[in-house]
Amino acid sequence: MKKLIALVLALSMSLSLLAGCGSTEESEAPATEETGEATEDAGNDAQPGTTTETSDATPFKIGCTGPLTGDAAIYGIAVKNAIELAVEEINGLGSDIQFEFQAEDDVADGETAVNAYNVLMDWGMQILLGTVTSGACISVAAETYEDRVFTLTPSASSTDVLAGNDNVFQVCFSDPNQGAGSAVYMANNMADAKIAVIYRNDDAYSQGIRDTFISEAEVQGLDVVYEGTFTEDTQTDFSVQLTAAEAAGADTVFLPIYYQPASVILNQAAQIGYAPTFFGVDGMDGILTMEGFDTSLAEGVMLLTPFSADSDEPMTQAFVEKYQERYGEIPNQFAADGYDAVYIAYMALQEAGCTSDMSAEEICEALISVMPTITYSGLTGQGLTWNEEGEVSKDPLAVVIKDGAYVIPE
Amino acid sequence: MNKIKHLSVTRKIDYATYAGVILAFAAVTILQRLDMVSRSMEGMLIPICCYVVMAVSLNLTVGILGELSLGHAGFMSVGAFSGVIAAMSLRDMLPSEPLRLAVSMVVGALFAVVASFVVGIPVLRLRGDYLAIVTLAFGEIIKEIMNCLIVGFDSKGLHIALNISGTVTIDSLGLDETGYAIIKGAQGATGTDKIATFTAGFILVMITLVVVLNLVRSRAGRAILAIRDNRIAAESVGINITKYKMMAFVTSAALAGAAGTLYGLNYSNMAAAKFDFNTSILVLVFVVLGGLGRIWGSVIAAVVLYVLPEALREFADYRMLVYAIVLILVMLATNTPAVRSMVGKMIPRRSKGGA
Repeated sequence: MKKLIALVLALSMSLSLLAGCGSTEESEAPATEETGEATEDAGNDAQPGTTTETSDATPFKIGCTGPLTGDAAIYGIAVKNAIELAVEEINGLGSDIQFEFQAEDDVADGETAVNAYNVLMDWGMQILLGTVTSGACISVAAETYEDRVFTLTPSASSTDVLAGNDNVFQVCFSDPNQGAGSAVYMANNMADAKIAVIYRNDDAYSQGIRDTFISEAEVQGLDVVYEGTFTEDTQTDFSVQLTAAEAAGADTVFLPIYYQPASVILNQAAQIGYAPTFFGVDGMDGILTMEGFDTSLAEGVMLLTPFSADSDEPMTQAFVEKYQERYGEIPNQFAADGYDAVYIAYMALQEAGCTSDMSAEEICEALISVMPTITYSGLTGQGLTWNEEGEVSKDPLAVVIKDGAYVIPE
Repeated sequence: MNKIKHLSVTRKIDYATYAGVILAFAAVTILQRLDMVSRSMEGMLIPICCYVVMAVSLNLTVGILGELSLGHAGFMSVGAFSGVIAAMSLRDMLPSEPLRLAVSMVVGALFAVVASFVVGIPVLRLRGDYLAIVTLAFGEIIKEIMNCLIVGFDSKGLHIALNISGTVTIDSLGLDETGYAIIKGAQGATGTDKIATFTAGFILVMITLVVVLNLVRSRAGRAILAIRDNRIAAESVGINITKYKMMAFVTSAALAGAAGTLYGLNYSNMAAAKFDFNTSILVLVFVVLGGLGRIWGSVIAAVVLYVLPEALREFADYRMLVYAIVLILVMLATNTPAVRSMVGKMIPRRSKGGA
């Protein structure tokens, strides 16, 4: 009997713990909580939970899978938030095209992502705006190809996502473009740099960019003096790689890695007093919003991104303002990609004349033929076009972090 | 008389296990025909089969042999990668997918056997917890090796390179124009043909159950149980300790290898990082919660605990938190005398002296 009581106590305690979590979340970011509910409502009632709805057309069901928890959660949450924002805007326009959105967590793992995708298919998803991370997206893309579901990934940058899948399109630029783009940028702007590369060799994204960077660096005649690797298990200490890079005389460190290990590198470099120019790619994006990271360490870090929150573009400013008001942080490139993805889908649906009573398959075939013909201008670039393979053409933009914000280097 | 009765109880449990799995398969297949299985359930069927095989095979090492293995995912990884290489290389030679899947599973199992010999021969001679230490290291080593592995296939055959320096890419293999990449180092196996089927998964589960249950109930199995219960006593009656330990360990690894192949051929992308320490522990959790040495327990635990995180999706961000709480509650519940006696009453024919 005593045990039974203990059990009940444990249960009630854990429940109160849950409630506690919920309430702190609420006080910190009330807007997030509300949208979460709004989307849930939308899922249940098949009516978008927006106020300014004027059209009575049934909505298109769009889904997204991304890491909403775990190591890469910043990316998934940014994409989800931005898609929610864009969906509401579009629904507010009152056109015939209305959206209903649902996001599922995939912890950036292929197996979980396929499960999440299947959950979305049960819900009746017609278009997939995902998957957020590359590795998971490759697994999901194989499924969407078989099921004929149109897939527009905001941020999965690997070329393997597109390989052989005519239904998959990218909003972000692909890994080869990032690696080669970085090398070209360095050759044009810092040709004398002695470059060290520190990358994660058990990660598709990091290894992919490193490979194309090195081959392009050879073509451009860049001087790569050191290459250091790490893996998931060794991403807590970089003193060996940093000391070796310093010893090799590197004045530029290229980091084709995600922001989390990058933050450790910046921290440790500051500790040993090594201050080269750090150069990142889109995975570095998010470092400024990382919890518990001293953003002053990131001063002077350069990165390649198609989106800068400080841009003078009125569209960007409007987006940043709205996003900040609602979620309390400056949107990163992933958010911008997610936002653009919704508008690209919107544009393509209009162009193809799709209606929401069409099946996912019909929508897919219609959009595949329309995608290479449209030109889109949005947050992440002007005049974006797609080729048949699904690759987007846009120019990466180099920015430098100054006073905790991205600015265009002089 | 008592002895016969006791034996028949264990046999009954065995047959009930087979029957339960067959019934579950039949029920799911019928529901599938009637289109009553949701997509998310359908998508989980093959991974469930993989994890059931993993759990049952690990139970052979941990529950029946009594040696702790912390690197079961390593054998799964070996099986997955060798199986994927076999399946992709035989693409043109064996157009029949079920046959290719079967051959790949055998290849996967064989490679896992080789790996288990390498680990087992020195370690299983020792007493104590050395197997846990070595398998833990083995899992990590396999992960690192698979991260370096680069494999391609063209008209000349299989090309394999190890990217130890970090500078070898798929282009360094020099594939001709008919060639294609199978494993791209850290990116893992991409563009794999998805030839795994639920039927194949079911057959693998049945084979696993037949192999494990028959091994346990055989003369060799009694020797293995004797080693677990009292090594010195077993040695004194002339049981070859190392031989029987190897038998259990290698069988367990072979089945894990086959499960790995099934898993690898179910996804078009698979990276070595998937088979890390966490996966080994996940399978160990299935075994422990299902009950050490209780095969049907492993089957049920693997199914329930695999489906659970997916079923908890409505909790959104608190999904894994709720999952952890459920795990703790299950552990508490199965150890509470009140619950145990309740279960005991539900199964009335439990002999007092037996089991």
